[in-house]
Amino acid sequence: MNIQVENPIVEIHDLTVSYSRKPVLWGIDLTIPSGSLVGIIGPNGAGKSTILKTTMGLIPVSSGYIKLFGKDLDEVRDKVSYVPQRESVDWDFPASVMDVVLMGRYNRLGLFKRPRNADKDVAMECLQKVGMEAFVKRQISQLSGGQQQRVFLARALAQDADLYFMDEPFAGVDAATEAAIIKLLREMTAKGKTVIVVHHDLQSAVDYFNWILLLNMRLVASGPTDKVFTQQLLQETYGGKLTLLSKVGDLLEKEQFPTRE
Amino acid sequence: MEDTNNILDFFSLTDPNIRYVVIGSVLLTASSAIIGCFTFLRKRALIGDAIAHSVLPGVCLSFILAGTKNPLILLIGAFITGFISVYLMDFITRNSRIKQDTAIGLLLSVFFGIGILLLTFIQHSGDASQSGLDSFLFGKAASLVAEDLMVFGTAGIILIVTIILLYKEFTLISFDENYARTIGLPVRTFEFILTVLTVLAVVIGIQAVGIVLMSAMLITPAAAARFWTNKLSLMIILAAVLGALSGISGAYISYLSPAMPTGPWIVLIISAIAIFSFMAAPGKGIIARLVLQRNHRHQILEENILKVLFHMGEKEKNYFNKWSIQDIIRKRRMASAQLSTGLNRLRNEGYVEKENNTWRLTQEGKEKGQRITRIHRLWEMYLTEYLRIAPDHVHEDAETMEHIITPEIEARLEEQLKYPSKDPHDETIPYRE
Repeated sequence: MNIQVENPIVEIHDLTVSYSRKPVLWGIDLTIPSGSLVGIIGPNGAGKSTILKTTMGLIPVSSGYIKLFGKDLDEVRDKVSYVPQRESVDWDFPASVMDVVLMGRYNRLGLFKRPRNADKDVAMECLQKVGMEAFVKRQISQLSGGQQQRVFLARALAQDADLYFMDEPFAGVDAATEAAIIKLLREMTAKGKTVIVVHHDLQSAVDYFNWILLLNMRLVASGPTDKVFTQQLLQETYGGKLTLLSKVGDLLEKEQFPTRE
Repeated sequence: MEDTNNILDFFSLTDPNIRYVVIGSVLLTASSAIIGCFTFLRKRALIGDAIAHSVLPGVCLSFILAGTKNPLILLIGAFITGFISVYLMDFITRNSRIKQDTAIGLLLSVFFGIGILLLTFIQHSGDASQSGLDSFLFGKAASLVAEDLMVFGTAGIILIVTIILLYKEFTLISFDENYARTIGLPVRTFEFILTVLTVLAVVIGIQAVGIVLMSAMLITPAAAARFWTNKLSLMIILAAVLGALSGISGAYISYLSPAMPTGPWIVLIISAIAIFSFMAAPGKGIIARLVLQRNHRHQILEENILKVLFHMGEKEKNYFNKWSIQDIIRKRRMASAQLSTGLNRLRNEGYVEKENNTWRLTQEGKEKGQRITRIHRLWEMYLTEYLRIAPDHVHEDAETMEHIITPEIEARLEEQLKYPSKDPHDETIPYRE
């Protein structure tokens, strides 16, 4: 099940990604329609984060290409925003909540320029959207996990992008925060933004997303939730790794063999 | 008398030699402290050490090639080998299975070994102008001259201005490098600039403290400053001030007794400052934590005494009975000395009264004892009902929780449990009347 759309906002073509020669994503082909709320679902080690990081240019591709808005990432960076996993940074860094959210404005500021009052206004507005306005001066190490996640979201909102990639925004977040975040994401897609989320929980996935990618080192399915979320496809996604595929991958790593000739 | 004269001579800066030394030490130590804040936050402390050790062959080579001790030429040589070592470190970690710490260890010793070899060669070459090159090993802040100052001053100013201009970008790549990449920041370029600045700081810093101790000048002021503030800009300024302070003090000590080596003194002083920060910083320091723990111990003891007095009153159906120390100990085992100090503190706070060696609760004391008892029993209820823990296992946990549960949590407990009248051990839960 791989449903293709016209004028996709994200197009991934024959993408293979490897870590030290061992492919973690094999030949991914997919398209995502604009304005959707997309969930990337799959077991641990399925390559969910990898596909986001590759799309954001943080990991090199072994083969294939990714187009956003029909263009290369470098041409449309201002319209794309990325929310990394919360654990990817050291929260003991000497910075306040406001400092972190303002980072979302840096690409607009350019070199040598300090954030202006207008940027602070935008940052404050974004903090209000995630319900963190009361914490604006708080040192980031004093925040709870859910609060840290919301600060990261506010930073992404401050970029005012059209396409958002979020790596596990619900990890380690309490139920109330999760509900607040999903409400916000729905508001964003209602305004025509596209939000792509790596997600762990199968049960909530049906409610949250209107487009789902099932991933387990290869693309099992991509399409509207009602068509993709079937017993059979889920079984295929979670039914364990393909033994032969893993074996060949291990071999490539062991022999340090190129993935493509 | 002589001492005061010394201090005046030194700090009035009338003697140009002293002036050079003071200004020089401040510049050298402050600039390495400033760039050190980013080294520290990026967790690259060991890289500073590797760079410092790798500049020695550069210094020696440029002396052999140019035949002069001109500071600018030596600095250029130092810069080149320092930079090569960083580049190699990066290259090795990226293209082999060797991890960064191993790469640092390898390069540090290889470069330093070559440097010592070259230094020994120069020293035995009979060239009279070479004397003093070995001061690179341990620093020579006390013998800086005008010429040195020009070169290091310029380098220091370049460094500070660059940091001010690129503060925003450096902060971002130190905090969240991947995010910086995704917004299109040329992270590699900024990392390169940061490395250039680090090498620059090391090269001029070793004039003060020497190669062997240089990494202390990068990291220690930053580590000390971090204890006092949560604001990066403030942390950088503080690190610079602390670094400069140690620089001046070190220079002053070698001025008082010229036999004393400046570099080690500077490092000892900044280390003393760091240890002091570690102990005394508000909130994060060890002393602050000890005080907090002591306060907790006091609070627990006092609340336990009030609780015992309340329990005894419950039994006697008279909360304001008079009790002797022995009565209390019979009810709950406590060291009697501890109990008396606890009771005395409670008397000062107005929770108990003393009469001929007997003690009784005041109204306030009764209410507080009642509250502790209530929270204890509510929490036991909560554990048995919501966590399904056996009634004989809930007491220990409630013993701790009774001291930290806030009035808000207490109110929510009462609401969730619907104001139960008895706890799991069939004791009455005492509510406010």
